[in-house]
Amino acid sequence: MPHINIAGLPGGFLTTFSSLRLVASGLAVRRGPRFLFRGLDMSLASGQVMQLTGPNGSGKSTLIRLLAGFSPPDAGTVRLEGAGEEYPGAFLHYFGHREGLRPALTARENLAFLAGLLGGDEARIPDALGKLGVARLLDLPVRVLSEGQRRRVALARLLVVDRPIWLLDEPLASLDVEAIATVSGLVAEHAKAGGMALVATHQPLAATNATLDLSGRREAAA
Amino acid sequence: MSAFSAVLKRDLRLARRAGAGASLGLMFFLVLIAIVPFAIGADQKLISRLAPALLWIAALLATLLGLDRLFQADEEDGALDQFLLSGGSLTMLVLAKALAHWLVTGLPLSLAAPVLGLMLAIEPQAMLPLSLSLLVGTPALTLIGLVGAALTVSLNRGGLLLSLLVVPTAIPTLIFGVAVAKAAAEGRDFAMPLTVLCGTTLFALAISPIAAALALRQARG
Amino acid sequence: MTDQTSGSLLRLANPAVFNRLADRLIAPFAVLTLLLFVWGLYGAFFVSPPDYQQGETIRIMFIHVPSAWMAMFVYAGMSLSALGTLIWRHPMADVAQKCAAPLGAGFTLLCLVTGSLWGKPMWGTWWEWDARMTSVLVMFLIYIGVIALQQAIEEPNRAARAVAILTLVGAVNLPIIKFSVDWWSTLHQPASVFRMDGPTIHGSMLGPLFIMGIAFLMLYITLLMLFMRAEVMNRRAERLELLAAEAD
Repeated sequence: MPHINIAGLPGGFLTTFSSLRLVASGLAVRRGPRFLFRGLDMSLASGQVMQLTGPNGSGKSTLIRLLAGFSPPDAGTVRLEGAGEEYPGAFLHYFGHREGLRPALTARENLAFLAGLLGGDEARIPDALGKLGVARLLDLPVRVLSEGQRRRVALARLLVVDRPIWLLDEPLASLDVEAIATVSGLVAEHAKAGGMALVATHQPLAATNATLDLSGRREAAA
Repeated sequence: MSAFSAVLKRDLRLARRAGAGASLGLMFFLVLIAIVPFAIGADQKLISRLAPALLWIAALLATLLGLDRLFQADEEDGALDQFLLSGGSLTMLVLAKALAHWLVTGLPLSLAAPVLGLMLAIEPQAMLPLSLSLLVGTPALTLIGLVGAALTVSLNRGGLLLSLLVVPTAIPTLIFGVAVAKAAAEGRDFAMPLTVLCGTTLFALAISPIAAALALRQARG
Repeated sequence: MTDQTSGSLLRLANPAVFNRLADRLIAPFAVLTLLLFVWGLYGAFFVSPPDYQQGETIRIMFIHVPSAWMAMFVYAGMSLSALGTLIWRHPMADVAQKCAAPLGAGFTLLCLVTGSLWGKPMWGTWWEWDARMTSVLVMFLIYIGVIALQQAIEEPNRAARAVAILTLVGAVNLPIIKFSVDWWSTLHQPASVFRMDGPTIHGSMLGPLFIMGIAFLMLYITLLMLFMRAEVMNRRAERLELLAAEAD
């Protein structure tokens, strides 16, 4: 996938990805004898920040991983409209429980790896860390960082690599109030520039303009 | 920096940070060779005849050692997820990991083998061909192991299972690798087995990364 | 909390004292080591006569034998440090242990290589599985194991205790290993009956050998202090890194 530098595009993502929509129809996932959810329809469009809610075990993480294309659903489809035939994986950021950082490497090295892997710009790493308030952790090995610091370093990749769709699974865990506000602001900025985000979180997210609730969807198999 | 070189660079960097821990394969190789005479007895002539075979078996086992962790560490820290999102070919990324593994395991083994061969009183004229056979054959071992590692990535006791899966497929490589060294030791021409050995490696190169990428995708959940 | 603080104060005090001591001693010790080596090697090459059986190659003995002594001496030292770590929790014991291991492995490797070079003219091969060389090889493997374990465990305290236990287990094992290797080698009489230290050690060889022994000892002490000082500084740097990250 070509590296898209948002700074170089007039209007950011807006012009390039405004027609992008992540659409899921009839999604179903089984867990043993039960369905976690069935017949789930949703769509995520440019400018939307959708908050995914539901009690623990309701399938939020599973749904996000389905949308990311990591595993196939037991029924239903996930499509990316407006992007031709390309695999949606190249258009999204996935942020999950496992942060993707190696303790032995520094913050810079970890992010440089992700930049190379996902098509980002290494030069933006210091700024990205700065926006998340962890600029001075740049060359410290990740193993000496606290949980909240690691999280913020891991989130920095959202700013180093430009991708229109953000799928974030509990990104605010371990973060203090200030950091939560920062991340919320970044998500809002992203949506304003034409991107979209699906965020699974228990905490209220200021930038939310749509919701998807998974509670009460669990049912026994027919 | 392309995705391939990002993966390669990271793996090599991690190996360097691990310090001597990265040369565990090499040390295991040394240990295996060192215990051979204790089992066989200090029979110089017998050990010398068995040297090519012993070195190859030790190389095979030493290569298998770290293979079960090849993808597990990436699975655990979430990097494997990111591999799938790279938009590039997963096959190429898997190949990058194989290259990194070989550079850290197979290559040092191949270079150290002649020195250890001295301890087993290998024939001098067999030293270079032995090293050559390992240089050509150890990539095949890494590549074959790659598929096993991908298949067992989510298993806890994957190491033993992986060995079970990999060793039968590695038999042709073993046969021709030893044949090269033995032929050289006995003063015969070793071009034929060496050519076939190249063939097995190229075959593994063509098939394994694709198979491993497929296995990794299937293992997602 | 206070236990931790006063413990860490104790930690800081001792290494700093050690480092100051090391700063003063390293240079003069290094000079002394150099002088001893010059003296010893002169004696080895010019004073001591060639052996009636082995000729000039006997001179390798002056490197081979002291390095064997050092291999064993260093392991003994490591065992003492191990006790220091486990029983008295002396703060510098694990630093000593960590730094001694590569040095001991180096001496062992030197012993193996010089043994091989010395044996080649006699044995006809580069290696002979005789009891003594094989025991040294096993000792080398044990050193490698200690170093590998040290590197594998990230947390320094846990690493120190694990390595200490491994060292002591190795120490207990070494006599057993030596015994079994000796027994094993009697099963097959080697073709050559040359013993590694020659049929007799001539009196005039003893002098230079003794000097070389002291020279090797001084080399070890100098290098050990150098490594330990570096390790102390490394740990300080790591602590500063941790503090830098915490200062949020």
